Amino acid sequence: MAITRRAAIAGGLAAPFVMRQGASAQAPSRSETLLLVQEYGPNSLDMQGIGSSQPVNGVALNCYDRLLRFKPVPIPGGGGHQVAMGELEGELAESWQLASDGMSCTFKLRDAKFHSGRPVTAKDVKWSLDRACTIGGFATTQMNAGSLEKPEQFVVVDDKTFRVDFVRKDKMTLPNLAVTIPFVFDSELAIQNSGGDPHAKEYLKNNIAGSGAYKVESWKPGVETIYARNDAWACGKLPQLRRIIARDIASPATRRALMERGDADVSYGLPPKDFKDLLDAGKVNVVGVPIPNGVWGCYLNTQVGPFKDVRLRQAVAWVMPYEKILQASLFGRGVDMSGGTTPKVAWPQPFPYKTDVAKAKALVDAAGGPFTTTLYFDAGNATVAEPMAVLIKESLAAIGITVEINKVPGANFRTEIAKKTNPMVLNRFAGWLDYPDYYLFWTMHGNNSIFNIAAYQNPALDKLVDAARFASDKAAYDANVVDFIKLVNAEVPMVPINQPTHDVALQKSIGGYQFQPCREPDFRYLTKV
Amino acid sequence: MLGLIIARLKTTIPSILGVIIVTFLLTRVLPGDTAAYFAGPAATPQAIAEIRGKLGLDQPLPVQFVSYVSALVKGDLGQSLTTGQPVTADLAQRLPASAELTLFGLLISMAIALPLGVLAAVRQGSWIDHLCRIVATAGVSLPVFFTGLLLVYVFYFILGWAPAPLGRLDVFFSEPPRVTGFLLVDSVIARDPETFRAALSQILLPALTLAIFSLAPITRMTRASMLAVLGADFVRTARASGLSSRTVIGTYAFRNAMLPVVTTLGMVFSFLLGANVLVEKVFAWPGVGSYAVEALIASDYAPIQGFVLTMAILYVALNLAIDILYGVIDPRVRLEG
Repeated sequence: MAITRRAAIAGGLAAPFVMRQGASAQAPSRSETLLLVQEYGPNSLDMQGIGSSQPVNGVALNCYDRLLRFKPVPIPGGGGHQVAMGELEGELAESWQLASDGMSCTFKLRDAKFHSGRPVTAKDVKWSLDRACTIGGFATTQMNAGSLEKPEQFVVVDDKTFRVDFVRKDKMTLPNLAVTIPFVFDSELAIQNSGGDPHAKEYLKNNIAGSGAYKVESWKPGVETIYARNDAWACGKLPQLRRIIARDIASPATRRALMERGDADVSYGLPPKDFKDLLDAGKVNVVGVPIPNGVWGCYLNTQVGPFKDVRLRQAVAWVMPYEKILQASLFGRGVDMSGGTTPKVAWPQPFPYKTDVAKAKALVDAAGGPFTTTLYFDAGNATVAEPMAVLIKESLAAIGITVEINKVPGANFRTEIAKKTNPMVLNRFAGWLDYPDYYLFWTMHGNNSIFNIAAYQNPALDKLVDAARFASDKAAYDANVVDFIKLVNAEVPMVPINQPTHDVALQKSIGGYQFQPCREPDFRYLTKV
Repeated sequence: MLGLIIARLKTTIPSILGVIIVTFLLTRVLPGDTAAYFAGPAATPQAIAEIRGKLGLDQPLPVQFVSYVSALVKGDLGQSLTTGQPVTADLAQRLPASAELTLFGLLISMAIALPLGVLAAVRQGSWIDHLCRIVATAGVSLPVFFTGLLLVYVFYFILGWAPAPLGRLDVFFSEPPRVTGFLLVDSVIARDPETFRAALSQILLPALTLAIFSLAPITRMTRASMLAVLGADFVRTARASGLSSRTVIGTYAFRNAMLPVVTTLGMVFSFLLGANVLVEKVFAWPGVGSYAVEALIASDYAPIQGFVLTMAILYVALNLAIDILYGVIDPRVRLEG
């Protein structure tokens, strides 16, 4: 047969429809698989590594084990579980015992195995915690926050026994062992592949060497991450879901459409309006947890500019349109922070201010009358922060303060707030460890961390915060907390606006939602019917 | 021909060098602190300084430039901080995705725009001419993300005809063995009709979105250049010689009108390749455009430099290809070269 041009084209066009012999695709069924759609995925598989993005926490959570984990407690409104700071349970640890002098804690390890098949030993735990303390960057900062400061604190007693020596009594030490940083690597596997680097950074960035409930089956940065269940997981009830596909879908409108059509099972990080609409439509479940220790605040610079004058800071707190902001920018997905009565041992909590223009106006007049200032926020948060900023501008105009809004692109925002010269900044901060003193330590303490955007300096406050942080008995702790709350109520370096909820949309067939302080999905508890 | 190619390539060396220097400087001049961004939440000034040292950003600019160029010579475009991977690997992964989408969109666009443009020129002032004008105006005035979302809304959300906009393949399909990186081609090579169909159904909507946007320049250019050619002496002569209108338009006029159209096609292609960011975002398409934009937001230098450089090289290659194509279409150009 002569091959004519026409025949060749016809053949070419037909080629895809000629069935390949004996290689029919074996697609895994949809009921055993969860499809998660998220804005962006992990940029590394190693949460201890420098520059790891927020979703890497999810990798650490699901693919690695820690000594301890937060115990699930029911969300008051229903819909799943959240965590309570003080309540811990063993993950790799079968049991743990605090020493009688309260200066060390001994952990008995379970008979768990790494994905490689090697048993988890105390040596691996030490290698991993040493690594977190010495690798630098965020991991080390987070370890230090719980007084886990140097490798000498981590002691291998025998293969199955591990001890942490405390440098000081700190109530955050044990909870800090349950966050997504001090997880345990297969140290032998890591060292073998390290190429001489004591931290095996390059290898662990691209490979999982853990014992966790899931393995990473495939990882295409910026496209998708596929997790497969580790059937030999020993540190908890075997998860129901065999396979998790996490796709990165940048456009929130697309993610919402996927949820509403029922093609995706779970979606994180939609704009508040979409969550509200989804909730109202009732086709999918929306579970909201007020972010523990998280609050949207307007930071007023206490060192330079007009807000050095405490009367003007109070004026802003009096004129803030709390209710309008909650409705127009968060669509009700949050808790109002105005009109507090007596200070409690909690953070965040409403400050004693509520919208009262006359009071605010009087304070501005007393402080010298109208002026112009600038309000900054991170463009990455624009969905929520922009309407907030506009409403604030509108309200402040009523008391003679003219506000110019400056939307700062993500990469510049850190640089901008590090200058500590901006008169007004809108920002949301949420500490992983849910303690009032922890929050103030980051945002108002004299150590002047980058999140002390108001550059607030007050030795009296530092004293109270430090005393609370290391207080040994509850009564002393409570007294200190109430005192510093009273102090910041009057001084308002930051006007708390609202506590946003962390929302997740789930299909009705998905159960077992577990909120974690790192705010990443925990696949280990999820179920699908 | 070979001489022509070499001569052309020589002239591009200065522009490539210029691109290297300019992108290097531009990314450094941009405000924003990469180290502060990647130090993550709760970073101490020491942590930021440590990262800055690790990234080599504490070195003076000339030193940074020398290390950048020496890595470049070895084919190393650096590491992306947003994906954590080498930029070359990222681009190799993403460029085919963008190229496949753009080419497919351009093919659809050509299939509509060329006949429409020719007909509009032949029947000037008729309803088809008006249709051409409306299509072109509408296509160019609708922003791509809007067209994209509209198509998703109608064909996926309301009608349910299109598959979920989840990127290049539905989640339950695995990619065919990689040969060209074009899923449509690779699945044909692997003789896997199901994957081919899945890939085709995924690419259809985003490609259509791009096609709608690129209709305007191609239609208008085809129409204008056809009009010019139809008024030329040789067409009148051909008509006077009694050739059928089909032969006159198809063989003589159209071929001569192709030159400016091919130039436009080249421009539209290279423009779309880099500029279809919004389409990529809406359809979760893992292409180079969204990659570059995300890197830009994070002040992540290496991917931006890699992207601009790749685009510059592609542009050069494309222009070269078009020049060669000119010769095929019009022998006079070949002689002049």
